[in-house]
Amino acid sequence: MIVFFDTGKAAGHAVEATEHAVEAAEHTSGGMPQLDFSTFPSQIFWLAIAFVLLYLALDRYLIPRIGGAIEERKDRIADDLDMAARKKAEADAAMLAYDKNLADARAKANFIAAENRAALDEQLAKETAAQEAELDKSAAKAEKQIAKARSEAMKHVEEIALDVAADMVATLGGIKADPKKLQKALETARAGSAAS
Amino acid sequence: MDPLHQFNIERYGEFHLFGLDLSFTNSSFFALLAVALVVAFLGFGSRKRALVPGRMQSLAELFYEFVAQMVRSTMGQEGFKFFPLIFSIFAFVLTSNLLGMFPYFFTVTSHIAVTGALSLMVISVVIIYGFLKHGLKFFKLFAPSGLPLALYFVIVPIEIISFLARPFSLAIRLFANMMAGHALMKVFASFIIMLGSAGAFSVLAILPFLTNTAVVGLEFLIAFLQAYVFALLSCIYLSDVSAEHIGH
Repeated sequence: MIVFFDTGKAAGHAVEATEHAVEAAEHTSGGMPQLDFSTFPSQIFWLAIAFVLLYLALDRYLIPRIGGAIEERKDRIADDLDMAARKKAEADAAMLAYDKNLADARAKANFIAAENRAALDEQLAKETAAQEAELDKSAAKAEKQIAKARSEAMKHVEEIALDVAADMVATLGGIKADPKKLQKALETARAGSAAS
Repeated sequence: MDPLHQFNIERYGEFHLFGLDLSFTNSSFFALLAVALVVAFLGFGSRKRALVPGRMQSLAELFYEFVAQMVRSTMGQEGFKFFPLIFSIFAFVLTSNLLGMFPYFFTVTSHIAVTGALSLMVISVVIIYGFLKHGLKFFKLFAPSGLPLALYFVIVPIEIISFLARPFSLAIRLFANMMAGHALMKVFASFIIMLGSAGAFSVLAILPFLTNTAVVGLEFLIAFLQAYVFALLSCIYLSDVSAEHIGH
């Protein structure tokens, strides 16, 4: 405002005065200090020095140090993880071996048991067969005896029948029957009854 | 009170070279102070290189990993050669921004000369790296492959303009954020003084005071955020000229 007041005073040279005023404004506190180009070389010069110093310090010194520490830690952790993985693999292998041994032992036990069972079965079968054979033998003997007894009994029955028939003929007919004819007649009768 | 007074460059020592005024100023002092603080912080944090880090080492490594992650995620392992550059930019801008939060301290990054120089440096690195890496194929940056021919008449000018706009947007974003925020704090602070000395109305001074408290918090966020944005955009611009983007 003061500036424009000044230009009002300088009547007649308005354009020139305005130019002057703008220039003046830049150098007073009224303008933006950011647009005071006279300070640019100094700002940029010192910025360059500061920035180059910072860049060199970081690039040469600080980044390798911090990055190195981080890298070291990462490596260490990776190593530890590797070690852990290796240990785990070892433990797994041991576990596997143990399982295998266990399975082997179990299979062996099963095999032995099966073998024993087979032997026992065989022996049992053998004994059973022997026993059965003996039983069969005595059964056959008994049957033979029975058959013998029966045939003997049958023979006696025939003799009795013959006697009875001779007695019947003697009593009824009063004649002494020829035993040979009687036997023949009896045989015919038995054959007839068997046929009917 | 003039809210722009805080941005004044004050000469501490005259120094002229080749007819240029290279005087040592408050800007120079705070730029060097920022560098000294970063070096001291990281140097102190890394002095032991312990396997199990202490507090300072954790902080330094957190800072390092934060930037390293930013570089890796944008440029990949191949772009890691720019890590010192990005780290320097981020550390310098962040420290300057945060130093500016102290009352009566000068904010180096609130000047377009500084942010402009930084952004021109980034863009120069982008261009030089682009030409070194790709030669004249660098210009393929402006003509993305696989488009219909007619589209190139539109795309190429747009790409060129957007490339040329980068240094300006990079520089102005940081400078404007810093300047506007600090001016705002100053304005609200002068409201507190004005209302506080206004007799019966002085109770109302609590309003700008509360606002300013919130603004200070916001400014801390912006101080960090703008440093991050500046570094991240630098990474992205650099990754644009890395192999996979231009292609062979």
